[in-house]
Amino acid sequence: MMRFLLLFSRQGKLRLQKWYTPLTEREKKKIIRDMTTMVLARQPRSCNFIHWKDLKIIYKRYASLYFCLGVEREENELLALEVIHRYVELLDKYFGNVCELDIIFNFEKAYFILDEFLIGGEVQETSKQTINRCIENSDMLQEDDNNEWYEVELFG
Amino acid sequence: MSDVVEKTLTALPSLLSLDSQTVATKLSSTSKLGALIRGITELRSKHEEEKLIQRELASLKDQVSSPHTSMRQMKEAMVRAIYCEMLGYEASFSYIHAIKLAQQGSILDKRVGYLAVCLFLKENHELLLLLVNTVLKDLQSTNLIEVCMALTVVSQMFPKDMIPAILPLVEEKLNHSKEIIRRKAVLALYKFYVMAPNQVQHIHNKFRKALCDKDPGVMFASLHIYLQMIKDNPEGYKDLTGSFVTILKQVVSGKLPMDFNYHTVPAPWLQIQLLRILSILGKNDKHSSEIMYEVLDESLKRAEINHNITYAILYECVKCIYTIYPNSDLHEKAAKCIGNFVISSKINLKYLGLKALTFVIQQDPKLALQHQMTIIECLDHPDILIKRETLELLFRITNAQNVTVIVEKMLEFLHQSKDDYTTIDLVGKVAEIAEKYAPENKWFIETMNTVFSLGGDMIQADIPNSFLKLLSEGFDNEEENKKLRLFAVDSYVSLLEGETRKLPQRFLQVIAWVLGEYSHLRTDLDPAKVMTLLSKLLDIRQISSETKTWVLMAMTKLCSGEASISKAQSVCEDYRSSSDTVLRQRAHELQLLSQDPALRGQLLPLHRGSETLEVDFSLSFLDAFVSEALAAGAAPYKPPHQRHEELAQEKALSLEPYELSLPINMSSYSVSGRQSPTLMSGSSGLSGDSTELSAKGSSATLKLEGVKRVWGKEGYLSKEDPVEEVAQVETLSPLSSPNQPPGAGRTLSNAAAPSETPEPQQEKLQLASSLFVGLSLQTSVCLMGQPEPTAQRFRRKAKTPNSSSSALPERVSVAPVPTSSVDNMLSHDPLEATSMLPEVTHETILPPNTEVNALLIDTANSSPSPSNGVEIPFETSENEIAKTPKHECPVRSLPPDLLGLPHTKITSLCSSQTLDVSACHVEKDDSVSLLIFTSNLSDSDMENIHFSFSTEQLQVSLSSERPLHEILKHSNAVCEYSLTVHAPAIHFQMVGTLSYESSSQSREMEFSYKLPLSSFIRPLVISTEQYGTHWLDFSNDTKQNLALVSEGQDPLTDTLNILKRKLGLHVVEVIGLEGIAACRLAQDQPCLLHCRVNAGTLAVWLRSPVPKLPDCLLYHCQRVLEET
Repeated sequence: MMRFLLLFSRQGKLRLQKWYTPLTEREKKKIIRDMTTMVLARQPRSCNFIHWKDLKIIYKRYASLYFCLGVEREENELLALEVIHRYVELLDKYFGNVCELDIIFNFEKAYFILDEFLIGGEVQETSKQTINRCIENSDMLQEDDNNEWYEVELFG
Repeated sequence: MSDVVEKTLTALPSLLSLDSQTVATKLSSTSKLGALIRGITELRSKHEEEKLIQRELASLKDQVSSPHTSMRQMKEAMVRAIYCEMLGYEASFSYIHAIKLAQQGSILDKRVGYLAVCLFLKENHELLLLLVNTVLKDLQSTNLIEVCMALTVVSQMFPKDMIPAILPLVEEKLNHSKEIIRRKAVLALYKFYVMAPNQVQHIHNKFRKALCDKDPGVMFASLHIYLQMIKDNPEGYKDLTGSFVTILKQVVSGKLPMDFNYHTVPAPWLQIQLLRILSILGKNDKHSSEIMYEVLDESLKRAEINHNITYAILYECVKCIYTIYPNSDLHEKAAKCIGNFVISSKINLKYLGLKALTFVIQQDPKLALQHQMTIIECLDHPDILIKRETLELLFRITNAQNVTVIVEKMLEFLHQSKDDYTTIDLVGKVAEIAEKYAPENKWFIETMNTVFSLGGDMIQADIPNSFLKLLSEGFDNEEENKKLRLFAVDSYVSLLEGETRKLPQRFLQVIAWVLGEYSHLRTDLDPAKVMTLLSKLLDIRQISSETKTWVLMAMTKLCSGEASISKAQSVCEDYRSSSDTVLRQRAHELQLLSQDPALRGQLLPLHRGSETLEVDFSLSFLDAFVSEALAAGAAPYKPPHQRHEELAQEKALSLEPYELSLPINMSSYSVSGRQSPTLMSGSSGLSGDSTELSAKGSSATLKLEGVKRVWGKEGYLSKEDPVEEVAQVETLSPLSSPNQPPGAGRTLSNAAAPSETPEPQQEKLQLASSLFVGLSLQTSVCLMGQPEPTAQRFRRKAKTPNSSSSALPERVSVAPVPTSSVDNMLSHDPLEATSMLPEVTHETILPPNTEVNALLIDTANSSPSPSNGVEIPFETSENEIAKTPKHECPVRSLPPDLLGLPHTKITSLCSSQTLDVSACHVEKDDSVSLLIFTSNLSDSDMENIHFSFSTEQLQVSLSSERPLHEILKHSNAVCEYSLTVHAPAIHFQMVGTLSYESSSQSREMEFSYKLPLSSFIRPLVISTEQYGTHWLDFSNDTKQNLALVSEGQDPLTDTLNILKRKLGLHVVEVIGLEGIAACRLAQDQPCLLHCRVNAGTLAVWLRSPVPKLPDCLLYHCQRVLEET
């Protein structure tokens, strides 16, 4: 099971945080601080995994943004790495050539996409199309009017 | 219709993504959020940022609390609040508005409202209660998006107590026509299952329906639940093995829609989930494992593409193959696969390869030999993580020969590591292997010294404890004991003479204790000198007062002779008026005892044995004192949980939803006696628990008596393998001397080393030979448990007859006769063949090539539906197993004194040609007896019979007067064990081993036995008044609505009667719509049940002083009521 997902920039600025287990604010801050310092301090050509307390941290850098996923010890690291990658693909498909700015200015969208992909620390849906369709359906409402018949129509 | 929608939908994204992008950029330039973000990026210092955000928060606060703010503005404000929180500034004023937004906003506002709630609030936040109504409303909405949002929020965070309120609605959604709703409902139920398993027990059948859903997404979601449920109870889902295998087969061969492919690999997440499920199902289960072999082979073959995701699958596959019942062919393939990982140049793969290797060598240590050079390279890898993982691997292959090298490597790592968590973990491992394989006293003490100084004060408490225990209890050889103690004393004296300031407190405590206890062994050491050394410790500033008490205690033991006494006196002067009471007491003791040598000799005899102390946990010797105090008007003692409860009662808010509420009718209980100290006092129970815990703590360390090799290339290695190997060990034994120069071992270790090698290579080879030295001999080593009797120096004295260490020497004398029980099952058991048959036909029914949908429906038919015939093969095989022994062993009757008592059917546990073991259990009044019937079918007598059991939740003790030792040929014997519950569970699983000698050969047989909690439940006859007092005392409770049974006039009485009849509850009283009942676990641990009829269901509330008991009992109540 996944415990948390953090997105932060090369300067260590947090861009997105998602916690799958209840933690106090202090614990969260500690984790964020530890993650940014540990991940940013990694040497090039080290592996993408870190041990941290009883968790494993899987991180990957895409352009200027670090994606950092905390999972339980028995999880499969390579799979977690692909979870990150799939999320990036989803963001990319939605924003079209996604960059850090997209996520900064539309972080709520990034959260919506994440919620369709992962839920409660588990992978919910792995089909890229399904997730995108789902987000777009809801988005239609945002940009359009809120006629209820229209939504029902959308879902068929 | 749906086609049309599909088309419009596929056309939409292109339109939309363009649209959303332009909107996004537009928004960012004008919106307040955009302004805020830009404002922050322009700032130079943290201080400026703080000021800006505080200003922002103030304006936000105004905005959200203004009544004129529209929902649209509110939504925008909420997004900014989320942003501020992400930067680490609290915006708690907005929480309530987030809930309001979710409640009142239009759909798009709602979405942001829900998102904000999820990000702001935690599972147990009190404001979440306000969300329940909104969620309820949205779940019932006709708008699918609203339903989706509600389900999403529910599966992220929902107050546990409120689950019953929405459960029926979520359950209903399992039948929804849209797959996305079904999928989200399944995931919400999964979350509920994790939070409160017994709440969703009644819908297990519906999970099966989800597993057969025609939409792969829904099926995938249901696997989360199944993985969890199977983890909790593997036995309950064996019948699904076939279905999981079929699904995996279809996935692997690419029958799912392309949509589920990930980089051309078909549904990897699904595959991995299935592999995990299969590995649990196949563990120790030959029959289930056999169904899997084919598909596992297929998975290994298919995963060819060079991509991370295929390696992820391969890794799970290898793990699965090595977890389930072994198959030599698969093992070989899996081993090859690991090889590819380990030699990979990609560092991530290398890491995973090491992990896989670590997992696999626990079963097959020889594999490490193939990769020695890679492992050596990894030891020097620049990435610390790789190093760490390599040490983990080495830890698993440690034996008496390589322990010094491995410990050296670990300590080297410890010197560099700065991470506390790693240090603690590794220090524990060093201590463990050092104790287990120490080659000599000097090395052991020195290693432990390093452990203590490196581990510092974070070290696990059981390391110093078990070290001291080892020193004090000693082992079988008295001479060795003395030597070890002497060495410790010498080493500590010299340590204290050096720099002591840096030594951690824990280490100082150990030193003080050892010196106090054993420095008299060194006769040429003046006690006064030790006293001086110890008293110097007291002057160190950093020393904690806890350590000071240890030091004072040590001085108390030491002070004999003129000089010591005067030293003691001066120390007493310093501490007699210390503000620390414990310290003050120790100082007084020291003063008194130093003046009275006779008393001291009596109190602290020099040669104390390790006799166990009798401890009276109930503190009964204080009874007189307590009653005196009570008589003098003191307040009676209340256990902490009761105090806590009373406090809670004063200010508690009723959290029950109204229609489901379960008001306690307080007036019907008498509250008067609730504080009586004579009632089951929680205190003695509690202290009892804590001792059990500490006892467990000390024994919890891994016992890996030599890495045992159970599986080999040819499959299961029967324990009595070739004799020649045994001989070999003896001839090679000089090698096992740890002081042997590493070069000498090399010639033996591996022939793979090329004859001419450059210098650095040479070094590595040397290292390899010293690291892997034990492994080349591993076959023989592990077969006998121990290579030579002296290998493990510090073998603890055997305490219990069934402890593993005492059983080991028997195994050494094993001779090579192929009669292991497993072998027999393989070759002779006719059952295996018959029970396999139905499975095979069942496999062929499935059409090999079908469309996806049809295929998944096929899965549905093939097993999960409850009325289907697929469960039959499993059942028949079980029945047959039960039948067969009847032909062979005729007489099995209960002993006369147990005849009248309720007992279960006698079932067969394991049998071979020569032996049959069956068992049943008898429910006695205050305990449960397990009767084991052993029939000797062979022509020779069985001797030295010994049963041992391993179970965590039960305590097993022999209750026959004469333990069973031998069974003559062709005769039977009964052995009676009494079982008591240690920790309640729904079912208790016991794994037992029967060892015996027959025609002077030792053999072993394993079996398992399962019994439900209900066997331990007895009625508890109490009055309503007593019930009332107990009810408030008990802190563990659980509530749930159960189905009412109506046979006659009064459903409540009927239902209670069923519980009484089937579970043996005592019905205390029925008043109108409420009823109370009581029961106890066999050894007097009570559980109370309160129930109330409420809108056609029975609201049940269980309470007990024992954790988990209410939950487990509730499960059985539910089962019983469902059955009728």
